[in-house]
Amino acid sequence: MADFLLYALLAGLALAVVAGPLGSFVVWRRMAYFGDTLSHAALLGVALGFLLDISPALAVTVGCLLLAILLVTLQQRQPLASDTLLGILAPSTLSLGLVVLSFMHDVRIDLMGYLFGDLLAIGTADLAWILGGSAAVLVLIIVLWRPLLAITVHEELARVEGLPVATLRMTLMLLIAVVIAVAMKIVGVLLITSLLIIPAAAAQRHARSPEQMAFGASVLGIVAVCLGLAMSWFKDTPAGPSIVVAAAALFLLSFLLPKR
Amino acid sequence: MSDALIRLEQVTVTLAGQRVLDNIQLSVRAGEIVTLIGPNGAGKTTLVRAVLGLLKPDAGSVWRKPKLRIGYMPQKLHVDPTLPLSVLRFLRLVPGVDRAAAMAALAEVGAEKVIDSPVQGISGGEMQRVLLARALLRKPELLVLDEPVQGVDVAGQAELYSLITRLRDRYHCGVLMVSHDLHLVMSTTDQVVCLNRHVCCSGHPEQVSHDPAFVELFGNHAPSLAIYHHHHDHAHDLHGAVVDDATPATAQTPTHVHGDGCKHG
Repeated sequence: MADFLLYALLAGLALAVVAGPLGSFVVWRRMAYFGDTLSHAALLGVALGFLLDISPALAVTVGCLLLAILLVTLQQRQPLASDTLLGILAPSTLSLGLVVLSFMHDVRIDLMGYLFGDLLAIGTADLAWILGGSAAVLVLIIVLWRPLLAITVHEELARVEGLPVATLRMTLMLLIAVVIAVAMKIVGVLLITSLLIIPAAAAQRHARSPEQMAFGASVLGIVAVCLGLAMSWFKDTPAGPSIVVAAAALFLLSFLLPKR
Repeated sequence: MSDALIRLEQVTVTLAGQRVLDNIQLSVRAGEIVTLIGPNGAGKTTLVRAVLGLLKPDAGSVWRKPKLRIGYMPQKLHVDPTLPLSVLRFLRLVPGVDRAAAMAALAEVGAEKVIDSPVQGISGGEMQRVLLARALLRKPELLVLDEPVQGVDVAGQAELYSLITRLRDRYHCGVLMVSHDLHLVMSTTDQVVCLNRHVCCSGHPEQVSHDPAFVELFGNHAPSLAIYHHHHDHAHDLHGAVVDDATPATAQTPTHVHGDGCKHG
């Protein structure tokens, strides 16, 4: 097997594993639009990374983290509803990213790669970053699983029972931010949320416990990555969109199976 | 009051420019059932949130016994339909709870048959019992119940109140609950606090039910009207704010005495 294909497979599998549990929280807490906004802002992070001459991966992570903090602050300080706020921030940051990039004539970047992913071009450094980031997020999610589940079920009850709700909520957002930065290279900013949401939604119909849903979402994500990469390899289709198409097909299939 | 679990002194809360709670005194002791009653918008839930520490008062102090274990039963529980959560898994969100402990708590509240049901699929009355079971699993010194009988039919309401009394007797915990229903509350509570942004009157149920402030707030619902009458120093307008009575000259003398437990000024 060619090196680049092995790298692509490892990166895709790492993302699929961590996207299962994290995507389940995104579905339960209705944060899909939040994830979308962060991923749109990722392109602004890329632009700033070039502008300040730092690694795009680092710039995107920091950019997503800052936007997550900004969002939480804005939600508390002004009366606009969350979806309105997100609807303002998502296209604004994406557009600002494109505008900033257009000013940098000496930088040649593959815009399509950032928008839709460039899985087959992953190098050793990228792979290390993706594996390390995914592993860190996965460990944190497992350690914080019960408290995160408790605040998802009822925030005030969790707070009365002594959980640091605000910190946990922020931690979850930061984990999503890190995964988006990690996933950008794999499926691109425009497709990231689909990888979080589609496997979780497909697993939901047949899960009897939160853990089953998270695990099932990881498994479905792995299958989608394998199918998508195979399609890309044999039919020369773009890798990121192929993975998303495979995930969507699995989601449709989940309706054919009898429920529970 | 050395065995007080919580004590609120002169608590004032302002939300969005509106004074929701004004100069509230309240304490709950171990083994005592204190019931908050009052019309809609009287600030009952706000007061409960202040007791729980979910909300910081603008003035006054909220004292809790150090390391007080509170079992809280929220008004309702909405779990997103996409979250597959059984009653057992819900109860096990409390650290250190296994199936046996969860079953014991459910048996205590008479809801053991729903242990494996999804939380989205049980009835309102069953949900209230499950929430009570979760509060019990914390081995609480203080139970805080926000409208514990909401969505339960009349027979079930009486049963739930007597269950709460039994749990108090068994665990000797303090109970602070919010209620609309005067008749049912009267028989099961040690102290009634009648709230309308300020404490209108408080005391034993019989005393309170005779208090003019209570009669005025609840009109025909007051179980026995006007056993004794004294002149009341204020009236309430439609929004519940205190307005001067028609005869302020006599009413506003600072020395007038109310019935036992009257705390308003």
